[in-house]
Amino acid sequence: MALIELKHVVGGYGGAPILNGVNIAIEKSDIGVIVGPNGAGKSTTLKAIFGLLKVTGGTIEFGGENIANSLPDRLVPKGLSFVPQEKNVFTSMSVEENLEMGAFTRTDDFSGTMAWVYEMFPVLKEKRRQPAGELSGGQRQMVAMGRALMSKPSLLMLDEPSAGLSPRYVIEIFETIQRVNQEGVGILMVEQNARQALAFASKGFVLAQGQNRFTGTGQELIDDPEVAKSFLGG
Amino acid sequence: MDELIFFINRVLISGTVLGSIYALGAIGITLIFGILRFAHFAHGDMMTMGAFVAFVLASALAAAGVVLPLPMGFVVLPVAMIITALLALGIDKGFYAPLRARGAKPVTLLIASIGVTLMMQGLLRLIFGSSTKSMYVAGESKDIFRIDMSWAGGTRPISITEPQVIMFVVTALIVVALHLFLTRSRLGKAMRAMADNAALAQVSGINTALVVRVTWVIAGSLACVAGTMLALDVALMPDLAFNIVLPIFAAAIVGGLGHAYGAIVGGFLIAFAETLAVFNWTAVLRPLNAILPEGMALPANLALVPTEYKLTVAFVILVVTLLVRPTGIFKGAST
Ligand SMILES: Nc1ncnc2c1ncn2[C@@H]1O[C@H](COP(=O)(O)OP(=O)(O)OP(=O)(O)O)[C@@H](O)[C@H]1O
Ligand SMILES: [Mg+2]
Repeated sequence: MALIELKHVVGGYGGAPILNGVNIAIEKSDIGVIVGPNGAGKSTTLKAIFGLLKVTGGTIEFGGENIANSLPDRLVPKGLSFVPQEKNVFTSMSVEENLEMGAFTRTDDFSGTMAWVYEMFPVLKEKRRQPAGELSGGQRQMVAMGRALMSKPSLLMLDEPSAGLSPRYVIEIFETIQRVNQEGVGILMVEQNARQALAFASKGFVLAQGQNRFTGTGQELIDDPEVAKSFLGG
Repeated sequence: MDELIFFINRVLISGTVLGSIYALGAIGITLIFGILRFAHFAHGDMMTMGAFVAFVLASALAAAGVVLPLPMGFVVLPVAMIITALLALGIDKGFYAPLRARGAKPVTLLIASIGVTLMMQGLLRLIFGSSTKSMYVAGESKDIFRIDMSWAGGTRPISITEPQVIMFVVTALIVVALHLFLTRSRLGKAMRAMADNAALAQVSGINTALVVRVTWVIAGSLACVAGTMLALDVALMPDLAFNIVLPIFAAAIVGGLGHAYGAIVGGFLIAFAETLAVFNWTAVLRPLNAILPEGMALPANLALVPTEYKLTVAFVILVVTLLVRPTGIFKGAST
């Protein structure tokens, strides 16, 4: 059984639907990457899963139940986490407080998870008392990921985690995502660095105008001449 | 020396009393703005309402023949705070929450809060009449502590009343408790998180409805303390705190909207500015008369601003802040 499965999801922000039947299936062992042109509905797909906009058709199955239109405070305890593209840290709060907020829904002792996050991002441990707003773009992205991991998710969703980062940080973030996946967390992410991300994706989805255009393994999409020409810049 | 003592009595002590009241009111305004993103215009009336709650409780105690060594207004404060917090939750549920659920703009909520102001003032007048009442319901005398200053060459004492001392202690306790709540507790941190970035707080799974309720509980209970202290300092009437809505808003804005510590600093800043502005400097500078040339004596009243224009002080500080540093002393959420 898939960890998460979107079947013909339709939804939008109140006006005409933005998503016109999106199909996605991810296993726990998968790194799924969504690519596509600007305005295709990639971010909207992640928001729809996370209950941030109205799903008017189709189903989203997670952990054996339809979670369409559930709100985050119910989804996070079920094992779903989301790193938005922008404004994804609490700038006035310390790094450690940001991580604590990621564990808000937990009632058990989360110090082990925090140690795990610090082990993955040693620089965050060094800066744990600093306000997150004072960190560099790459370090902020680590705080954002760390915050999302604090709830011990089974599926981590990331919206363009490499946006605006220097090449060095892009590699570091991608490596961390693969490591998190190896430790048993399913990944579903949107990426503009499409070629680079598809190279390590076990599943790739090309979205255009709110619909799947191509679906396959990452390598299949890279090798497909039409995908390469229309969506990966040749 | 006497001039210094006069200054302490008139500026330091009065300014601290007023500053405590402004700070406690401004904390509520700033927290509500941080979490709900609207200017809660009815906050002054929430203070007045809290004072009336304390008045009713104190009167009931006095009527029951209870005699206590402290002013009754302070003794009933914990219970009055709880009741006012519940009333604040009720007002939110009845008036603001339905508007939020419909996605109303901040301006709509502001106007709704003006409506709440009119309604609350009307209700208070209806129930209690418009006359001025004393918070010292049992005829408690204000004990005055006189600190003898003759050792320093003063002929007059520094005098401070018992209610004033209690006000300082209560304010200090509240500020410390609030600080610990915001920096140590899970809910307090969630409150800061929501004021910082409401969308991300929601994404993190923070129960935002709970945070909203906690905000009203804190704002309501502190409004009760501020209102009761104001009534103890002056007298109780239905428009008690409506008159200080401007300085309280100024305090919250000067401190940086959404910033609790800023509201405290802003409250004391505005209070001391007001107190210094209406202070008669002749009383302190009188010794200069001895060295001034013949016919150049100081005028009898050398206040910067006549008392009846006291409100303009807060207004001027507010305008200057908005021009020079629109986000307030601490970087606020107003932009
Ligand atoms: N909050 C919103 N309200 C209304 N419409 C929105 C909202 N957010 C996005 N849209 C619209 O939905 C469509 C899809 O936007 P979305 O952000 O999902 O695109 P995307 O595929 O993530 O593109 P990008 O590569 O630019 O991030 C766009 O036409 C956009 O204008
Ligand atoms: Mg996007």
